Amino acid sequence: MASSTRVTFPNKFLPYLLLAPQLAITAIFFYWPASQAIYQSVLREDPFGLSTQFVGLDNFRRVLGDPNYLNSLQVTVIFSVATALIAMALALLLAVMADKVIRGKGIYRTLLIWPYAVAPAIAGMLWLFLFNPSMGTLAHLVRSAGYNWDPLLNGDQAMVLIVSAAAWKQISYNFLFFVAGLQSIPKSLIEAAAIDGAGETKRFWTIVFPLLAPTTFFLLVVNTVYAFFDTFGIIHAVTGGGPGKATETLVYKVYNDGFVNLILGDSAAQSVILMIIVIGLTAIQFRYVERKVHYG
Amino acid sequence: MTIRGTSLSLALGIVLASSTSSFAVTEISWWHAMTGANNEVVNTLSKEFNESQSDYKVVPVFKGTYPETLNAGIAAFRAKQAPDIIQVFDAGTGVMMAAEGAIKPVADILSMGGAKFDKSLYLPGIVAYYSKPDGTMLSFPYNSSSPILFYNKDIFKKAGLDENKPPKTWPEVWDAAKKIKTSGAAKCGYTSAWLTWIHTENFAAWNNLPWGSNENGIGGVDVELKINAPIYVKHFQELADLAKDGTFRYGGRTSEAKPLFLSGECGIYNDSSGGLGDVIKSGMNYGTGPLPYDPDAKDAPQNTIPGGASLWVFAGKSDEQYKGVAAFFNFLSKTEIQARLHQVSGYLPVTLAAYEETKKSGFYDKNPGRETPIQQMMGKAPTENSKGVRLVNLPQVRDIQNEEFENMLSGKQTAQQALDNAVKRGNAAIKQAIGQ
Amino acid sequence: MIQNNPVGRLIAHVILIIGILIVAFPIYYTFVASTQTLQEILRPPLSLLPGGHFWENYSAALFGGVGRIGGVGVDRLLFNTLVMALGIAIGKICISILSAYAIVFFRFPGRMIFFWLIFITLMLPVEVRILPTYKIMVDLGLIDTYTGLILPLMASATATLLFRQFFMTIPGELVEAARVDGAGPWRFFKDILLPLSKTNIAALFVILFIYGWTQYLWPLLMTNRNEMSTIVIGLRKMISFADADTEWHLVMVTCILAILPPILVVVLMQRWFVRGLVETEK
Repeated sequence: MASSTRVTFPNKFLPYLLLAPQLAITAIFFYWPASQAIYQSVLREDPFGLSTQFVGLDNFRRVLGDPNYLNSLQVTVIFSVATALIAMALALLLAVMADKVIRGKGIYRTLLIWPYAVAPAIAGMLWLFLFNPSMGTLAHLVRSAGYNWDPLLNGDQAMVLIVSAAAWKQISYNFLFFVAGLQSIPKSLIEAAAIDGAGETKRFWTIVFPLLAPTTFFLLVVNTVYAFFDTFGIIHAVTGGGPGKATETLVYKVYNDGFVNLILGDSAAQSVILMIIVIGLTAIQFRYVERKVHYG
Repeated sequence: MTIRGTSLSLALGIVLASSTSSFAVTEISWWHAMTGANNEVVNTLSKEFNESQSDYKVVPVFKGTYPETLNAGIAAFRAKQAPDIIQVFDAGTGVMMAAEGAIKPVADILSMGGAKFDKSLYLPGIVAYYSKPDGTMLSFPYNSSSPILFYNKDIFKKAGLDENKPPKTWPEVWDAAKKIKTSGAAKCGYTSAWLTWIHTENFAAWNNLPWGSNENGIGGVDVELKINAPIYVKHFQELADLAKDGTFRYGGRTSEAKPLFLSGECGIYNDSSGGLGDVIKSGMNYGTGPLPYDPDAKDAPQNTIPGGASLWVFAGKSDEQYKGVAAFFNFLSKTEIQARLHQVSGYLPVTLAAYEETKKSGFYDKNPGRETPIQQMMGKAPTENSKGVRLVNLPQVRDIQNEEFENMLSGKQTAQQALDNAVKRGNAAIKQAIGQ
Repeated sequence: MIQNNPVGRLIAHVILIIGILIVAFPIYYTFVASTQTLQEILRPPLSLLPGGHFWENYSAALFGGVGRIGGVGVDRLLFNTLVMALGIAIGKICISILSAYAIVFFRFPGRMIFFWLIFITLMLPVEVRILPTYKIMVDLGLIDTYTGLILPLMASATATLLFRQFFMTIPGELVEAARVDGAGPWRFFKDILLPLSKTNIAALFVILFIYGWTQYLWPLLMTNRNEMSTIVIGLRKMISFADADTEWHLVMVTCILAILPPILVVVLMQRWFVRGLVETEK
């Protein structure tokens, strides 16, 4: 305790007791299934589990040697970075604007947080209804205007479509956090800077933005996880990984290989690689980003 | 099994009796993937069956899309919780067949019900698709469809085409499509659902061309794809060329192209006969015709192959349960049930009697085009090219084809490259799937 | 004074209105579609203004045949979804506030290891480990139970992380004062920490309620009886992209019904939600 700056309670057993429920649930519903996935990744098995064969690291070798896997890694990076950046940037812009206005703040906020409540499976359907070139009304308008909108064949447009849908759903969440973050910045600090003659833009970048760092950090973690995993429903409904393999992300590939094509070993190997990637990413975020973040 | 032909009053009596002696009822679980109106049909059928007798109760459960249902079934089997009946889509047939020990052939079950199982009562084209190489019927065909041609009569008129003459061959389709486009009758001439199922699998069967070795996989699991033969390349290059100026529009990998046709954007459309319901409901002035064939193929038209789904029965259940399943399948095979299913859904009747019955009732005279998918499938006895397509990993091989077609239609590669790649990647995937 | 620039405020209003148009449009559009006839929906493009079939469609969906999906009423589906969402929200808040409390306010061997053990679960969603998890649920006999729908989805670390962030901002003097007063860890938790966390709990409640409400793949696998199904599954059941006709106008109505409750929760609780976050991110 002496080494820690934080004041704590001395107690030998209580902390373990407090942790027990979460640890129990985590062990049963997370670690046990995850260990099964790891075990599966060194097997070659038919879907029904009627014949099982130990193949060592063969599945990993095949997955990592598959150019399609590297393609989906690239797709994932582009997709996640674009989604997280756009969702956070737009949300920050809107939050800053909402912080500025005096009238109608509550109404703006209410109208901006709707999409958060929409299930990904439903969100995907809504976007399909708007932008699918065969049934979407907005797609129809865009095409009538002479622009060749065809995300079914144009991979870049398909990427734009799923990034927009994914970012759309996350803007509300980020917006609320940024609004909260902005509200907690002492106005006196900003006023002091104004008196010193700092312009609005300068004030934002030198005072507001650094003070938002804890929020931004938290949102960075959440948005990365969101873009990696929770967008599956959107990709599933909107592009199905196509055209070609232009929007096949790592998680979509895990699903498609395991769930649709029933190649269990490859799919499990991909899950394991995915776990390693994400744990690594988080460790980096924690070590290097959180250190620069100040809490209270 | 004297349920066939019991009078209404007797049936009512049984229903009343069943409500007092429900402890003896055996539950039969049926996992399915039917949505929309078809979901209602599943519920109605189960209800009718349950009310028609008192020993068994069929409980239908929706388990998501076709792949989701199959996965739920597999997961449940591995956890020893398998349902009695599971609906598996056409492309999953190979997976189920390879799972010997997990499934029980429907032929065995139907004879357990007491009634003698007579294969000749069923439509041969459909039975062939769901049977082992030795002829044992493995699953019960529930919903089968076959690809046909739809066209918009108003657009045909505007383009100066004969609205009563649907194009019969692919060159005729291309010509009509170009005419629609150039005359300005519609923005696009032709679109199609299911490029894989219609333009490779059925293209092969209908033109009597090999799709893969080993009778397209019916004869054995080791298959080499043959879809990069010149006649396929020519067909797909024509599609790719038409796509350049928008005469052909791509709508998606399954049935997503349908709204292009319904909204009047495209004049001609290929889809499963099951797609008829939406076409009728949209209120458009439509016509139908058989699937076009390639006049260069000397045996064309041969016969088409079914799509849709069939009902599989899991192994390891009690005899009592299998008897219940048999009773239910016999109920489903009843002429009046099959005739009704066929007439309300656009799916094919499974039994010949139901087909004859529908014909006699004058249904086809009132609904021209509804007989087309059956005639297509029954016209000629199936050859080794036209019994069907079966792979352990057909969904994956279809995905590969779709990816290559999309890259072709977007102008990234020629038809030759696309089909060569599809064959190369498809063969490698098949080899891996069968463990070579 | 700063920020008292009318032009700047006008620009802010304009940007906000554009933002709202983009953000709310897809939902507005669903509503528009839910007031059209089937023919109009089947033959795009749709009008951008509501059609004249609001009452017709809504009464058909609520009181007509479609009110029952797979033999189960929409009310039952909504109830199941509510139980699941509430269970996940409440359960997860309970277990994570305890574990975050242990991690922040105690020093004990293995503290960081436990933190990471919990934290890593943030990184692997249900979808990836779904089949082995399903096997466990069968072994535990939890298929077709609310427990089975709720428990596995509680195994994630979002809430623990958020509580940890908040607890770390609580000044040490508060703990010290409590200890000087002779308050044990339990009294500190009950009398000081819990009241301080009220708004955080509200915020998390919203986040987790939405999370539970919007689940699809897990309830699909976990339920074999239609009576245990959820509204998102019910909705999916109505939609057929292939082979069958879909009553799109009624689907749109159900869509609105399915997204209305979580929207209400977010909108009604936004005040506490934002306040909870403000205190977290001091």
